[in-house]
Amino acid sequence: MSVLAVLEHNGQSWHRMSWETLAAAQQLGRELNTTATAAVVRTGGQAFAEELARKQIEKIYLVDHELLKDYTPDGYTLALKQLIERLKPSVVLFPHTYQVRDFLPKLATSLGKVAVTDVISHRVENGQLILVRQLFQGKVNVDVRFAGEGPNFASIQAGAYRADQLAEGQSSVELVKPELAPGDIRTKPLDLFRESQRAVDLTAAELIVSVGRGIKEADQIPLVQKLADALGAELAASRPICDAGWLPMERQVGSSGQTVSPKMYMAVGISGAIQHLVGMKGSRIIVAINKDANAPIFEVADYGIVGDLFQVLPELIEAIQKSK
Amino acid sequence: MKIIVAIKQVPARDSQLRISSAGKWIDEADLTHEINEPDAYALEEGLQLKEKHGGEVVVICAGPAQAAQTIREALAKGADRAIHIEQEDPAAFDPLGTARLLAAALKPESPDLILTGLQSDDLGYGQTGVILAELLGLPHATIIMQVEKHESGIRVKRELEDGWFQHVDMPLPALLTIQSGINKLRYATLMGIKKAKTKEVKRLTAAELGVASGTPAILLNRVYVPERSKRTQIFDGSPKEAAAKLVEKLKFEARVI
Repeated sequence: MSVLAVLEHNGQSWHRMSWETLAAAQQLGRELNTTATAAVVRTGGQAFAEELARKQIEKIYLVDHELLKDYTPDGYTLALKQLIERLKPSVVLFPHTYQVRDFLPKLATSLGKVAVTDVISHRVENGQLILVRQLFQGKVNVDVRFAGEGPNFASIQAGAYRADQLAEGQSSVELVKPELAPGDIRTKPLDLFRESQRAVDLTAAELIVSVGRGIKEADQIPLVQKLADALGAELAASRPICDAGWLPMERQVGSSGQTVSPKMYMAVGISGAIQHLVGMKGSRIIVAINKDANAPIFEVADYGIVGDLFQVLPELIEAIQKSK
Repeated sequence: MKIIVAIKQVPARDSQLRISSAGKWIDEADLTHEINEPDAYALEEGLQLKEKHGGEVVVICAGPAQAAQTIREALAKGADRAIHIEQEDPAAFDPLGTARLLAAALKPESPDLILTGLQSDDLGYGQTGVILAELLGLPHATIIMQVEKHESGIRVKRELEDGWFQHVDMPLPALLTIQSGINKLRYATLMGIKKAKTKEVKRLTAAELGVASGTPAILLNRVYVPERSKRTQIFDGSPKEAAAKLVEKLKFEARVI
């Protein structure tokens, strides 16, 4: 009846969201009067589990099989399904990573369940678990609950729980060997690669000016560049701008681009969809310039101007130049 | 190659949302709607694959009567025919319920490839495609940025985190969820719009498909505008005044410039 956290390790290092998910599992375990357990799919020995074994976890299940060496949705689903059927946890938590997004819906379906994905917080009301997630690109929140008994599945958004609140302890590791046959795995993963060496390291920038859909057309990008130049800032963008080819992909901030935490992040015409916010919400000062006062970017902004960026930017550039 | 593209109609991106009086969803009455953006890229990918390899593109959409407009636009862009599963109440089905509807309608089609966007702009579960693959017993891959057809199947390029990608080989039939930006979207031509009027749209209901509603595995309790967790200082006045105030704060309060 415990809370099971399924964590992610790529063979070299833990996915940082693993620790946040484990923190969520510990918290949930306390609130539901049960314990937190953890599972990780990883081949090749137990050494990497040492760090995990120093956390307060009832038990760690190390799922190991030669057919799980490379990630496949078929392999991970079958292996975790067997473990969950055996352990019968009430809640199973995952970090909302790209990998989890690839197999979790399949795993939940194979057990007749539906996962609540991208959860930002939770509360327990009369013993019932309520999960909070976002709708409409972060403009609206929704409280969700599970209709039936466990195992129930949820994935946790980056930054929603704090890894520094993990309780330390001591745990034991159980090696789990799932039953898998080569014919179970239908897809063949090949090489991992990057498109090009990143010429722009946004993570090193102290000041960033970032542009989104509000800029409307490619011809207007120089206006934002001018603002960045006035501030001595790096120019960055949200995904749609890079998709359209208005700025190179290497300037993209967000879940599929770079994660930045500069001294100041100025978001120009960016509404603040979750996928963008996870890439910049750690910035020290966030400034938002947007025509929509209800845009979710104002949720995280310290300073804001609600207005037409085409009117605001020229004035802002002038004011910055004057202040120097 | 018989390609199915599953699309969804969602409120337009810049919509001002109001919570409905029951607090269970938003008030959609006055909103304009459009195709879910990642689904538009899935449709484009389907059309391009058909142009390269021949075959047929069939669009499927579960949604209310007004989704007919979005379906018509997909036909105008070049889809050959469409299936519209009429589903009035968006809250009556969770992603599994919707995928069951799609699966029931698609089984008799026996497609070679099913494409859909990686997630919807409204509910944003990012699950319907993968669930549909599982219900149909098909292999899948998500967040796809490239599709190449080979003799024995397809090779796809998956987007991973932090700028990484991975190639995956898979057999057909298969299901892929498509990432925005995989291709350049086309506009419908006048000829396309004219032709679309004569193309077949098969209308089906949940009852006709034998899929029961009203038993979702997850329930939306309450929809609400989030409370501000952070106090944002908003600078009012003319653009000139607001800009001056912002610069002053950045310089003397935040000390970042």
